[in-house]
Amino acid sequence: MQEILRQLEKKRAEARKGGGEKRIESQHSKGKLTARERLNVLLDEGSFEEYDMFVEHRCTDFGMTDQKIAGDGVVTGCGRINGRLVFVFAKDFTVFGGSLSETHAQKICKIQDMAVKVGAPIIGLFDAGGARIQEGVAALGGYGEVFQRNILASGVVPQISVIMGPCAGGDVYSPAMTDFIFMVRDRSYMFVTGPDVVKTVTQETVSAEELGGAKIHTTKSSIADGAFDDDIQILSQVRRFMDFLPSSNRSGVPCLPTRDEVNREEASLDTLVPANPNKPYDIKELILKMVDDNDFFEIQESFAKNIVVGFGRMDGHTVGFVANQPMVLAGVLDSDASRKGARFVRFCDCFDIPIVTLVDVPGFLPGTAQEYGGLIKHGAKLLFAYGEATVPKVTVITRKAYGGAYDVMASKHLRADVNYAWPTAEIAVMGAKGAVEIIFRQDIGDDIKIAERTKEYEDRFLNPFVAAQRGYIDDVIMPHSTRRRVAKALDMLRTKQVERPWKKHDNIPL
Amino acid sequence: MFQKILIANRGEIACRVIKTARKMGIQTVAVYSEADADALHVRMADEAVLIGPPAASESYLVADKIIQAAKETGAQAIHPGYGFLSENAGFAERLESEGIAFIGPNVKAIQVMGDKIESKKFANDAKVNTVPGYLGVIQTPEEAIKIAGDIGYPVMIKASAGGGGKGMRIAWSEDEVAEGFISSMNEARSSFGDDRVFIEKFITEPRHIEIQVLADKHGNVVYVGERECSVQRRNQKVIEEAPSPFIDDATRKQMGEQAVALAKAVDYESAGTVEFIVDGARNFYFLEMNTRLQVEHPVTELVSGIDLVEQMIRVAAGEKLELAQADIKLNGWAIESRIYAEDPYRNFLPSIGRLVRYRPPEESCEGGLTIRNDTGVEEGSEISLFYDPMIAKLCTHGPDRIAAIDHMMLALDSFWIDGIEQNIPFLSAVYGQERFREGRLTTGYIDEEFPDGFEGAAVSEETHFKLAAVAVFAEARLGQRNRAHLDVDLSEDLSAPVHRVVIGGERSLDVTFAAEGDGLRVCSLDGGPKDFTLFSDWHLGESLIRIRINDELMAVRVERQLDGWDLSYRGATLVLAVHRPEVAELAKLMPERIVPDTSNLLLCPMPGLVISIEVEEGQQIKAGSPVAVVEAMKMENILRAERDCVVKKIHAVPGDSLAVDEIIVEYELAD
Repeated sequence: MQEILRQLEKKRAEARKGGGEKRIESQHSKGKLTARERLNVLLDEGSFEEYDMFVEHRCTDFGMTDQKIAGDGVVTGCGRINGRLVFVFAKDFTVFGGSLSETHAQKICKIQDMAVKVGAPIIGLFDAGGARIQEGVAALGGYGEVFQRNILASGVVPQISVIMGPCAGGDVYSPAMTDFIFMVRDRSYMFVTGPDVVKTVTQETVSAEELGGAKIHTTKSSIADGAFDDDIQILSQVRRFMDFLPSSNRSGVPCLPTRDEVNREEASLDTLVPANPNKPYDIKELILKMVDDNDFFEIQESFAKNIVVGFGRMDGHTVGFVANQPMVLAGVLDSDASRKGARFVRFCDCFDIPIVTLVDVPGFLPGTAQEYGGLIKHGAKLLFAYGEATVPKVTVITRKAYGGAYDVMASKHLRADVNYAWPTAEIAVMGAKGAVEIIFRQDIGDDIKIAERTKEYEDRFLNPFVAAQRGYIDDVIMPHSTRRRVAKALDMLRTKQVERPWKKHDNIPL
Repeated sequence: MFQKILIANRGEIACRVIKTARKMGIQTVAVYSEADADALHVRMADEAVLIGPPAASESYLVADKIIQAAKETGAQAIHPGYGFLSENAGFAERLESEGIAFIGPNVKAIQVMGDKIESKKFANDAKVNTVPGYLGVIQTPEEAIKIAGDIGYPVMIKASAGGGGKGMRIAWSEDEVAEGFISSMNEARSSFGDDRVFIEKFITEPRHIEIQVLADKHGNVVYVGERECSVQRRNQKVIEEAPSPFIDDATRKQMGEQAVALAKAVDYESAGTVEFIVDGARNFYFLEMNTRLQVEHPVTELVSGIDLVEQMIRVAAGEKLELAQADIKLNGWAIESRIYAEDPYRNFLPSIGRLVRYRPPEESCEGGLTIRNDTGVEEGSEISLFYDPMIAKLCTHGPDRIAAIDHMMLALDSFWIDGIEQNIPFLSAVYGQERFREGRLTTGYIDEEFPDGFEGAAVSEETHFKLAAVAVFAEARLGQRNRAHLDVDLSEDLSAPVHRVVIGGERSLDVTFAAEGDGLRVCSLDGGPKDFTLFSDWHLGESLIRIRINDELMAVRVERQLDGWDLSYRGATLVLAVHRPEVAELAKLMPERIVPDTSNLLLCPMPGLVISIEVEEGQQIKAGSPVAVVEAMKMENILRAERDCVVKKIHAVPGDSLAVDEIIVEYELAD
């Protein structure tokens, strides 16, 4: 018996070594941790339960029979983050470069299935060379199985992908179908075809970093939701991030107790909106002064900065924030901002995360670039996402809410539950200058008259009271009481239930 | 007594005057520019009158508008504060003719003391020590050389109408006198429209010490001790204290009596300040008299218990001083820190913007220790480029100098400002210096102690251990919050010691921590200080952690950031990560962060407007040559090349409004 136990330990020890000392050293020399080291950082101390440690591939072609390493290039299992269950897989670059084989894929599928069964998030750590070419179609089949499970799990449990090294070819689609992608700066990249193929096909010379580094994907392509400096930083931030997320679509949002008074008043918010309507201000100041503990996890911070999205807590409960950012392009909605907002709203809706929308929007961005780029349908995505969302929706209009953008930004008409406005709000079809030039076209050229008409328009429409008279605004609130008022609304909405007409699924304008 | 007064000023001094007026039952009228519509002084006053656009030259400096405001509101007197119209004889004269009382000295005193040469003549006549020098107008370089020889080197050549260091030259030889004379004259002409210059002895190891005087309209004059204001940066006072650590009773008496004599010589009334320069041997010489309330008056108030503004108002109303010299007793020690909107890490460049957070330490008076904070801003106020960048004057008072300094350090640590840069870390660093604590001050203090600028205070081993313990405390609280949903008894949660490694500040410390009553006990497993017990009711998200570590009360700024805890204390900053031991081992494998090399770039050092670009692409330039001029806070800043190089690309054009760190010019560095 003792001998058998010892043999198990020996086998385990061997499996834990992955691709061996030399490859581990090479991984370290690139500033990267191994799969098991990463899981150690990600998960609570001693909480990792590994499965399928002894799985080996079944390939016999190209001499693969002699090359078998226990685990087969991916470490899978479950563990805890601050006590809450998560399922994990981590590509092991030291074993066949982390490449995906049929058995490797099966390991991932196993934990995907289990995660959906028990209702716990899936976190994938990517650092791999793509399909194991020696396996041919078996590897492709494996990919397909993983993809299908990504799709089935979507909207059931949160799926998070952390890109910590190369991630190319078939490997990129699984992360692409998950809810969030985070990347390590300078040491990770994602693309469908690498620089060599690009060179052959299009004659473009481009480095892996330029083609698919963290910078590109967080600023240009919007593939990634955040970039971090190294393995330790990204994994600790994923831990912080997971504290915001519900375990599944049935679990409800986590509630972390806070000593931050829910009635806390912020007098300085009364001066946040400048007297000059053309002067910008930072909407993040409002978010940070509203949330518990000054803790806000921003998503896609470096992309479409004219809209800010991310997670915070109010009275302990997770809330998704969507806010126009007057500091960038005056907070205008363009295609990028609409897509960014829409995807975030839909994530929140999937997982019962209430949405707080902060509105200061002058409208949609005009121009051929936007129209040719499909602004109508991109804008419609945000509109659709808000309209279909059944989670609690609380809206605060701080300044401008003009035209169609007013409707889009979680207006009463899109079934927002509680709509507040600050006294500085201007809810109108458009700003005074444009409106006067249309309504009083005959007066153009007469500066005195135009000035009078502008004043008239401003007095009549550029305030929250016209909308409040119609009940589009539930109340005009003092800026300093925003945290208290929004928290109260959210508290009231905690038992919200909405019936929907039966449908297979909707047809959002993709 | 007046029923209503107008305060012809803004910011902290307007608020300060309003407070006293209110205490005396006098109604107050504030004036404000468009930029100050939401300002604190406007709300504090009983009435407020808009006097024009933001630029001071169109509002606070326009006598007509202020007089108009006084008439409209029926204010019987005007307090000018400091700066603006406070030392403008013309303004005082206008008020006289309008029948409005000026809460300040008479016109003659302002006129005489406003002129450097005139004031020296009066000082000489009143037997006040003056710096040896020649007061007549000097015509030629030859004459200047002769006079310099008579006085003895080193000498200083100064513009008669000068101030702020303009038109000032120091000469150690005849050649330097000749050269300095010409350039000083030129500068005086262009800066002040008056090319008169004079020569005097240059004082070594100089200290700036000034005497506060109070006088009434009935010939009574007293002095209220001295203030030492030697710690200055570019002639801008930074730290002031009363009394001076250098002055003995006998010298104080001599200086005070001379100041009184001078005040009497010009029939002075109201509060005024006689500035002296004091050399290493306690010889003191008259510099000038400021015929107004000084910025740093609170330190005198704290040690004397006299409300100087109240005295000024009473004097202006014609009352007799109730204080005789013998009534004036100085108690304890007071220190003032001027908190400026400037970036100490970037050569003190001005910083403007919104005060996203402004939480000064609470004003208090407990156990013989006092905190006073004179300010005109509040959270959400805008520090604009139109006015003085001073945010607040933080003062402490204690039984002795070290007590006042220590209390100041705690008060500074408790001061939370966000949204703009400020000089609190720098002030804290100065108070932590042995030389400052020993009181060995000169007007060159900052240049001598910080010759290469300020890069944050050094962290002693003891401080490092304490901050590590604070980081562990914060991490433990965070961990408890994050695990609160687990239904474990949190008091049991930390009953057994937990091993952690605190990484940052180029060291790694092994510690254990465990609950200790309501607090936490952190023990070091390495050398150094061993054992800390920490208590604090801090909660997550609070930016300031007030914590008792063993027997010491500390205030540490704490911010959770991506790599751990960003801790600021006593002018030093540390980012400390608290890791499990095995994670700490792995953290060692992380590559060093590469800070992007910007040595080939000229970056805009502050938000500002590009006035001019002095170079062209392809041009070879020498280190020190001007590259661009950027205006910020009314100041034109000349940005110079740091080394010899070739201009590769120009990224900005005049008229561009740039943010911090925007690229202005790209260089090709010569090897």
